[in-house]
Amino acid sequence: MNKKLLSGPYLMWMIGFIIIPLALIVLYGVTDRSGSFTLANIISITTEEHAKALWLSLLLSFVSTALCLILAYPLAMILRSRGIGQGSFIVFIFILPMWMNFLLRTLAWQTLLERNGVINGVLSTLRLPSLNLINTPGAIILGMVYNFLPFMVLPIYNVLMKIDDNVVNAARDLGANSFQVLIRILLPLSIPGVVSGITMVFVPALTTFVISNLLGGSKILLIGNVIEQEFTKGSNWNLGSGLSLVLMVFILISMALIAKYDKNGEGTAF
Amino acid sequence: MGQPLIDLRNITKSFDGTMVLDDLNLSVKENTFVTLLGPSGCGKTTTLRIIGGFERPGKGQVIFDGQDITNLPPNKRQLNTVFQKYALFNHMSIAENIAFGLKIKNKPKPYIQDKIKYALKLVNLDGFENRSVSSLSGGQQQRIAIARAIVNEPRVLLLDEPLGALDLKLRQDMQYELIRLKNELGITFIYVTHDQEEALTMSDTIVVMNQGYIQQMGSPENIYNEPENAFVADFIGESNIVPGIMLRDELVDIFGAKFACVDKGFGINKPVDVVIRPEDIDLVSPDQGSIAGVVTHLIFKGVHYEMEVMTPDGFEWLVHSTDMFPVGQNVGIHVDPFDIQIMNKPASEDEEAVGINE
Amino acid sequence: MTNRKIGFIKRIIQDFYLVIILVFLYAPIATMGVLSFNSSKSRTQWGGFTMNWYTDLFSSSTIMTALYNTLLIAFLSSLIAVIIGTAAAVAINSMDRVPRSILMGITNIPMLNADIVTGISLMLAFIAFGISLGFQTILIAHITFNIPYVILSVMPKLKQTDKSTYEAAMDLGATSVSAFFNVVFPDILPGVLSGFLLAFTMSLDDFIITHFTRGAGINTLSTLIYSEVRRGIKPSMYALSTIIFIAVLVLLLITNFAPKRKK
Repeated sequence: MNKKLLSGPYLMWMIGFIIIPLALIVLYGVTDRSGSFTLANIISITTEEHAKALWLSLLLSFVSTALCLILAYPLAMILRSRGIGQGSFIVFIFILPMWMNFLLRTLAWQTLLERNGVINGVLSTLRLPSLNLINTPGAIILGMVYNFLPFMVLPIYNVLMKIDDNVVNAARDLGANSFQVLIRILLPLSIPGVVSGITMVFVPALTTFVISNLLGGSKILLIGNVIEQEFTKGSNWNLGSGLSLVLMVFILISMALIAKYDKNGEGTAF
Repeated sequence: MGQPLIDLRNITKSFDGTMVLDDLNLSVKENTFVTLLGPSGCGKTTTLRIIGGFERPGKGQVIFDGQDITNLPPNKRQLNTVFQKYALFNHMSIAENIAFGLKIKNKPKPYIQDKIKYALKLVNLDGFENRSVSSLSGGQQQRIAIARAIVNEPRVLLLDEPLGALDLKLRQDMQYELIRLKNELGITFIYVTHDQEEALTMSDTIVVMNQGYIQQMGSPENIYNEPENAFVADFIGESNIVPGIMLRDELVDIFGAKFACVDKGFGINKPVDVVIRPEDIDLVSPDQGSIAGVVTHLIFKGVHYEMEVMTPDGFEWLVHSTDMFPVGQNVGIHVDPFDIQIMNKPASEDEEAVGINE
Repeated sequence: MTNRKIGFIKRIIQDFYLVIILVFLYAPIATMGVLSFNSSKSRTQWGGFTMNWYTDLFSSSTIMTALYNTLLIAFLSSLIAVIIGTAAAVAINSMDRVPRSILMGITNIPMLNADIVTGISLMLAFIAFGISLGFQTILIAHITFNIPYVILSVMPKLKQTDKSTYEAAMDLGATSVSAFFNVVFPDILPGVLSGFLLAFTMSLDDFIITHFTRGAGINTLSTLIYSEVRRGIKPSMYALSTIIFIAVLVLLLITNFAPKRKK
């Protein structure tokens, strides 16, 4: 029996539900309603409304990716320094929130951030001025960091755990202090995990419409919101597909980054 | 010269409540090759890691050149380690690996370049500067790990089973390399291994360890020829350990037969353990030996024949000889007096371990 | 002794950091827990303790139907994904380098692609194929994004598996099918199970792809919550999520502290 035949169902499934659908997006993206070829859908990214949405999306996802990295790296380092046995349970504790419905968790942030919500309640009992938190770009960034932080922690943690303790010991032995060990040994060796984490946070943050909807109110439009509305409310699928193609350029860039820096798939999250 | 370079004083270490080292004392002189030898779990690697600074002893002091370095982190110690699986930095070239310690110390560039060249020459890998770690064989990686350590001109080089991952032929070659390196560099080597042959070949001093205690310390000849207890005798080479009774000075009774020996001071009619190496037994005709027996096994080993001789008491003597005696032949066993090593019987297993440690 | 002191301070700072992150991660979950006992329907006023939302939960047919749909889709999609994915992993593992990297490339697409693009593309495909949007399209969509998780969980186990055990089984007279199920499959079973769990979790948590591939008449928990956002979430939802959280937590504690078999 030829084992390769076992991939038959998988290949048919992937062609039917991954390749053809993506081809359809390209097809819709470069045609108009009547079916004739046009680049108008793609070019419409340069209109003020769309360009502004894309720019804001890039900005917010960039900031939240950076924040995730800043928060996750020390966390992964601490988890590594605590060893595997204890580490594995703590790691579970850190990914446990992912089991909760992500819409509900984000909605709970609404409750915390609202004008007369929990945080402002605490501030007023401390006789501090209340803050305008909800429906701001800051609230969206918080939602992104909150939802995607585990996707940054896990790949970095996994890569750090694979580094032999004796490699760190050897660097110490050769005279490196803790900071030099971090800069010269741990950081370069954890690049695959960092790159994988960055793409795993950046892509969903760039394309989200849910977080902006729940925490940003109706006034802040991200590119994800624009595309979603074209499909559900505006029903201009051609325009939505064209804008998706623009988004896919950024996704392709991050896939290329992974291919370059994580050749052996060391930086996987799962 | 008289003062030891490294002095371990009353070192105690336990992991999760299990005692690994118990009140260990060890002095290492400058410019010697010292081997810590013992089975896995005997505490030899822990001892090395305490000297290297990767473990802190629970109690006791580490003295280096007269200074207490017990709490000094590894990066501040004047010694370097060669790790068991080399622990090379995969993200750096060979040259960068070797230069690592020198760059940390901000040495000038030309100096570093010279040192890299010198070190690669020393380990017979000239021209390997720009190769990647993954392109090297195990033996080559081992040499780079050594080169990376010695460019820092440590006064002591610690080696943790450095040849463990290599195959036999390569291991033997590297043993000679290490001896040559030690002589050329004129520094102290502290070497950890479980391989007694390796220890006998390379060391000036062997420290035999078991269960966290030092069992015996001495030159290879001393350890091999005059083991102080059954553990050392058994661990270093093959041996026949038989119960005996010391009739008086220089005469021992084994299974009712009298053997002349050279040991004194054990008392009269005192039960002892007797160690006789297989190659020290001469097989003669039955009436000429001290005990008669019959050959029960015979194997050709290349250099010699390995035979087992059963004596009437049921003990099977292991004998190595270049003369061949076929299975079933009656033979006599003869041992020269100076080839017989007498040891006190341990009162208990615990005493066996502690007795040597004063 | 100063080194020990520095180590101690370092540990305190590390613990503090861990706690801060944990507070950040669990604040919203704690909020949901509190709200599920709040007798006031307001999300910001405390109106006293009540268990009403928990009893309401089980009598609400909308929530129960959505829960049923969610669990059924998660179970079926992970099961089918495990079958297709494990077979594919075995096949890919036996392939040469070039076809293998092409197939692994395809496998990576749904994982790296944005959910919104996957959702839209599937919706366009279902309409083009003439499959009416509903339970079946959600199921197909979930199987599609679950298969890669299964493959990526099974592949490493397959690589670890000693090829000679399979050959030994054949040598001893087993057919290739029975050799696979008796020798190879037990070895990769942990990977298959973790693939199933991962797929199940991904399916439970998905909103975006379901949002685009569901028809008008059907809801999963995610889409039900999203449709309630404008009108205001029923606190019964918080009750449900609190129950789920406690269940997962208990399960986790049991698996973690149950006596483990030594390897």
